[in-house]
Amino acid sequence: MTSLLEMTNVETYYGPIMAIRGISLQVARGDITVLLGANGAGKTTVLKTICGAMEPQKGRILFDGRQITGMDPDQVARLGIGHVPEGREVFPFLSVHENLLMGAFSRHDADISQDLDAVYDYFPGLQDKRGQQAGYLSGGQQQMLAIGRALMLRPRLLLLDEPSLGLSPRLVTEIAGIIRRLNDETDMTILLVEQNAKMALGLGDYGYVMELGRIVMEDPCDRLQQATDIQEFYLGMKDEGVRGRRRWKQRKTWR
Amino acid sequence: MEVLQLLISGTSQGCVYGLIALGFVLIYKATEMVNFAQGDMMMLGAFFAFTYVNILELNFYVAVLATIATMAMLGAVLERVVLRSMIGEPPFSVLMLTIGLGFIIRAVAGAVWGNQPRSLPTPYAGGVFKPGGLIIGYENIVIIIGTALLCLCLYLFFRFSRLGIAMQAASQNQLAAFYVGIPVKRIYGVVWALSATISAVAGILVAPVSLVDPQMGFIGIKAFAAAIVGGFGSLPGAIVGGLLIGIVEQFAGLYLPTGFSDVTAYVILLLMLLLRPEGIFATMQRKKV
Repeated sequence: MTSLLEMTNVETYYGPIMAIRGISLQVARGDITVLLGANGAGKTTVLKTICGAMEPQKGRILFDGRQITGMDPDQVARLGIGHVPEGREVFPFLSVHENLLMGAFSRHDADISQDLDAVYDYFPGLQDKRGQQAGYLSGGQQQMLAIGRALMLRPRLLLLDEPSLGLSPRLVTEIAGIIRRLNDETDMTILLVEQNAKMALGLGDYGYVMELGRIVMEDPCDRLQQATDIQEFYLGMKDEGVRGRRRWKQRKTWR
Repeated sequence: MEVLQLLISGTSQGCVYGLIALGFVLIYKATEMVNFAQGDMMMLGAFFAFTYVNILELNFYVAVLATIATMAMLGAVLERVVLRSMIGEPPFSVLMLTIGLGFIIRAVAGAVWGNQPRSLPTPYAGGVFKPGGLIIGYENIVIIIGTALLCLCLYLFFRFSRLGIAMQAASQNQLAAFYVGIPVKRIYGVVWALSATISAVAGILVAPVSLVDPQMGFIGIKAFAAAIVGGFGSLPGAIVGGLLIGIVEQFAGLYLPTGFSDVTAYVILLLMLLLRPEGIFATMQRKKV
């Protein structure tokens, strides 16, 4: 068994609403694992549950063979899970440099400055803005800062929540290239949550598809790419989903 | 000359308001709780100093350090035992809790130290500095210099220390702070300790001027007004708000009919809320949920 992260039958609630309904998934060491799904499928909740921001009602999460269910998010981070949350979430009034330093808050080793250089090497755009307040960066730069900040933790597992959200196609390609490079050069294990199925399937090794809090499909990414359901629903060739109807139409009525 | 005299005494009074306001703002910024026991923590600090100097007969400066250490510990314990379980509760319950805490502190202080005013003997008490016709008590000079030094220390701490920057990070984006591995809950403990320390310093500084009694913490309400005037959420704003209220109060005391000086803080507060509700130093911060 080489999976770095293993979730079994995890159920998480927002108050009375069950957001994820028994998810089991595995993230293999050194892989890019992709989690796809439409709006409201529960992808972000899965990540929040892994990193400890939300507590699952049921189920078990193992990281590197260690139970992390119910830990505080800062403890989980210190175990080596870096999280790039949806919508970047940088520290707006701290400088770029300070943001990155905060990424290494839990570390006390001597390699921090070396890692800083590595991050500036990945994101040359940040180097020029290192003294600037992070809140004034553009969306793309904030996204890169958020990724860089997570890298400063030297994570063994990197959780990426919709890194392409709200970015121009050119930036999406750039971010995808960086994710590729990270995985190739440092052999970092990555769990990528995306709505942009085309980008995600192109990057990933193994993929899961979520719908309404459940995993409805899993396969290696190249096979997922070929699957007709995926082509129709997520690559936008037809209007119907795995279970016949586009789910958001139904959801609109009971919201 | 009279104006200058009032300005100086107003500044020294304002410094005390400012320091307590600073305590309010620190806790609010970091934890989104308003600690209405802030003034009472100042009173407690003054009483500890009184105990160390008068009863244990320590050297004054040793007593100051001991008071600061005691209050820092008390602040951290208070956070751990009472307030940590309130994280995520509605602000109103937290507010009631801290008001209750204030009552408890006052009652305990009354029971332990008695309700009559005590004086805290200081090495600098009674001395007067007379530059060109002005009369400035040493106590007032110490208040002003002490506040300035404390502010400088706080500035350096927040600007350059790792812990200080982490505190800012935790207050700017709590969830992201969690994600990068900052132990946010422990940071809250540190914030309470820091806030208690500041109020202890305020208590020691004001003790020679106003005497120490369990009711002295009520100036916390004026300090709260100062914090709002400064733009609740801004540290420099808290000090400026305190100074403004302190100075105007002095002038009102002289030029307006008796009784008005006590009302000035609230008049300024109302004017501020009417004219510039976000306060002097508005932080344009959009809080994400």
